[in-house]
Amino acid sequence: MQELVNRAKELLADGTVTRVLGWKSGDLAYNPEPAYFETDDSLQNFVYNGFCGANLSKYMITASKLEGKTLVFLKPCDTYSFNQLIKEHRIDRDKAYIIGVGCKGKLDIEKIKKMGIKGIESISGIDMEDDTDILKIQTIYGEKSCNYSDVMLERCHMCKGKEHKIYDEIIGESKDTHDGDRFAEIEKIEAMTPAEKFVFFQKELSKCIRCNACRNVCPACSCLKCVFDNNKFDSQQKANVDSFEEKMFHIIRAFHVAGRCTDCGECSRVCPQGIPLHLFNRKFIKDINELYGEFQAGEDAQTNGPLTSFTFDDAEPSIVSERG
Amino acid sequence: MQRIGVFVCHCGSNIAATVDVNKVKEMAMFEPGVVHAEEYQYMCSEAGQAKVIDAIREKNLTGIVICSCSPRMHEATFRKAAERAGLNPYMVEIANIREHCSWIHKDIKEGTEKAVILMRAAVAKVNLNTPLKPGESRVTKRALVIGGGIAGIQTALDIAEAGYEVDIVEKTPSIGGKMSQLDKTFPTLDCSACILTPKMVEAAAHEKITIYTYSEVDKVSGFVGDFTVDIRKKARFVDMDKCTGCGACMEKCPSKKSLSEFNQGLSTRPAIYIPFAQAIPNVPVIDTQACIKLKTGKCGLCETVCQAKAIDYTQKDEIITEKYGAIVVATGFDIIKLDNYDEYAYSQSKDVITSLELERIMNAAGPTKGHLERLSDGKAPKEMVFIQCVGSRCSDTRGKSYCSKICCMYTAKHAMLIRDKYPDVNVTVFYIDVRTPGKNFDEFYRRAVEQYGVNYVKGQVGKVIPQPNGKLLVKGVDLLDNKQILKQADMVVLATAIEPSSDVRKIATMLTASIDTNNFLTEAHAKLKPVESPTAGIFLSGVCQGPKDIPETVAQAGAAAVKAIGLLAKNKLLTNPCTALSDTLLCNGCSTCANVCPYGAISYENKEIKDHGIRETRRVAVVNNALCQGCGACTVTCPSGAMDLQGFSNRQIIAEVDAICQ
Repeated sequence: MQELVNRAKELLADGTVTRVLGWKSGDLAYNPEPAYFETDDSLQNFVYNGFCGANLSKYMITASKLEGKTLVFLKPCDTYSFNQLIKEHRIDRDKAYIIGVGCKGKLDIEKIKKMGIKGIESISGIDMEDDTDILKIQTIYGEKSCNYSDVMLERCHMCKGKEHKIYDEIIGESKDTHDGDRFAEIEKIEAMTPAEKFVFFQKELSKCIRCNACRNVCPACSCLKCVFDNNKFDSQQKANVDSFEEKMFHIIRAFHVAGRCTDCGECSRVCPQGIPLHLFNRKFIKDINELYGEFQAGEDAQTNGPLTSFTFDDAEPSIVSERG
Repeated sequence: MQRIGVFVCHCGSNIAATVDVNKVKEMAMFEPGVVHAEEYQYMCSEAGQAKVIDAIREKNLTGIVICSCSPRMHEATFRKAAERAGLNPYMVEIANIREHCSWIHKDIKEGTEKAVILMRAAVAKVNLNTPLKPGESRVTKRALVIGGGIAGIQTALDIAEAGYEVDIVEKTPSIGGKMSQLDKTFPTLDCSACILTPKMVEAAAHEKITIYTYSEVDKVSGFVGDFTVDIRKKARFVDMDKCTGCGACMEKCPSKKSLSEFNQGLSTRPAIYIPFAQAIPNVPVIDTQACIKLKTGKCGLCETVCQAKAIDYTQKDEIITEKYGAIVVATGFDIIKLDNYDEYAYSQSKDVITSLELERIMNAAGPTKGHLERLSDGKAPKEMVFIQCVGSRCSDTRGKSYCSKICCMYTAKHAMLIRDKYPDVNVTVFYIDVRTPGKNFDEFYRRAVEQYGVNYVKGQVGKVIPQPNGKLLVKGVDLLDNKQILKQADMVVLATAIEPSSDVRKIATMLTASIDTNNFLTEAHAKLKPVESPTAGIFLSGVCQGPKDIPETVAQAGAAAVKAIGLLAKNKLLTNPCTALSDTLLCNGCSTCANVCPYGAISYENKEIKDHGIRETRRVAVVNNALCQGCGACTVTCPSGAMDLQGFSNRQIIAEVDAICQ
């Protein structure tokens, strides 16, 4: 981590960048948050560890409009979102200096808590330099431990690989933590009867409190003005007023990001209600892969997604009735 | 608030029989904004239109809803009527209570309920309509004809005769199409070449006609009156300007094993070839798959013998970009592959042939020089069996559901010609039905039966079995006698179904012209607009629209030409004002709309935006109204809802849905 800070200071000092976009430590050991740093002093609060799951790509939309370049730290999976945003002309590549940071999988505090580990004071084994498979957790009830991989975010088990898709330089080692079947959960839902599906989604989505965290964190949800905030449409709706709206909100959102979602998993990470929102997006990804061939949004900054490009081999609309 | 008038049409009994039109009228008065409602027997008649005009004037209506037939039928009629009354034509909405309602319902209660709902949706939309004004676009006075068969040639000749420039794009090395492969034509039995080749020559010599053979349409952009088309001239490897057509290259070419496309693969041709003697242009092409020089770099004999120095092995495909006001599709047909019809032993015996192969065999310039003989051993047949409807009128997915239309007549022709020239040959025709409507057609068929003694058997053939003695055992059934028939035949001829040319899908997609489930291009109206595609500026000629014989094809080709001429004669066209409009305050500048726009109508500009006190330069979408065709692809792909379609705004559509679901 010190290496990142030192490099940031150098880049600030030689004028390459005007500010740094990274993470600062939060009030607890496990809740660092995205932050801008403009001085050497402020970088004292810089942190990069296993809890820095937050994808900083989206912050570059605002940063692109500021004077000067911004140094941004991107994990391998964040670079997909970054590419996608370049493709959509939402961020300016020339306004960013990208340091690809090493990533060995990010941690899910909810999983740690679910193991009964509470009253956490500090955690060791989470730093970039740490080479351990075991987390040691100091709690007010004494020291506890758990396996790193047991408490990784769901998305890290579906890791897209350790390669940064776009960067100016790379600091730190990355690890491909892929060990799961990305579409296993989707296949289970697909196998349900319509009635079962309805019950499943009603159960999950009824938890929604319409805090908009999923939308606000999503790099694909980058509209200047969201349709749900716009009084030009009858879709304007800010509160969770009835169950229809609460269901439609997530379904419409999934449609809006279809073909552009990189499956970064931020929606599910930030949901305070623990709704597995990424399942909607993955269903679209799975369908797109099946109908148009494998496609990974954000793989590069040029290729048009299958839903916004046309080929003669495209699936015909009749596929809807054929698939039921 | 709008002042809306609702007009409910009886359409005689077409609507009134299954919809209580009075009820629809009464219910309309409860809808927001409606100040007038009436019903009438024929709203589209002069008296009906007068009622609409009077009501607009007397009640100061700001919008009207006509509950009648499909807008494809009479939207334009009522828009014109509204305009006469001083109302903007885009303040007219049609509720289709005929095709969408009365015609599909039997119960008057259900029909009425649905008609009321459709009326309600249209009223909801009109409440949000705004007056729109069409723009103008120019007309390029040049037509493109895709396909150089008899349909394309006739269309091109007719357009050229009217004084307009026409280009023909033909994918094969010569114009002429399927008709050039035919021997004689029904019902007059004149020789196909004798009536076709003069037309080919006429087209080639016409100063207004440019022919691109061995060429394909690569890309189409633009819209009615102003299409831009990329034509790919495939490399011929022969300089068309230098070649004299002497044929020395073809004689000397050592690679002579390629199957002749013109003779349906029944003879061979060299790698450098002119498909047939009367081909236009009389310039050979080199088949890259067969040419030794192009494959291995060694040979070059044709170049050596060519005195005109016309051979050029380095020739590349050439792209020609040209502008057109109208495009006529005349892509014609192929015969189906017989892979699904193993029972007829086509792949097992050389003596089972298709009717098109028989045309070549009967032709003096064909593989047997016009002698009727078995392809297996060259012997003269004594017993011939014709099987009708091979792949046509098929009730399962093996073949085509439609009737290929030409087979009954050409089979009668073949049977008659064989009996005439070889009276010792017995001819039996197995048929499902004999269909011979058309001028002098039935007389022709009856002559085959009555004068020439062709044996017609109503019934299908179940199996053709090649015998060790070289004969073909035909197992059929005679439905009239209700008995099985076993016949030892020397030759079996299959009346193979026809289907639209294989590349019609690609062409239709480029033109955004619709095709049906059988890949035939769809006409704008089955009865009233049979040669127009629903896509403006695209016209249909010949079999690409549906099975046809030569007289019908020529008639339709002329009709398509007239429609194209009507378009080319105009100096300006009114554009559809229902175009997309981008709200710059909402636009993210993401380019998704530009990516999906099939007309290239969307570009991006950096614009200074003042948005609630924020002043910044943003990348925003700008729609070119002259190019936009109002397809709406951009509006549904825009994530922020910045793109909207005038006349079909998101609000209007949602209002309609809400009205239906209320």
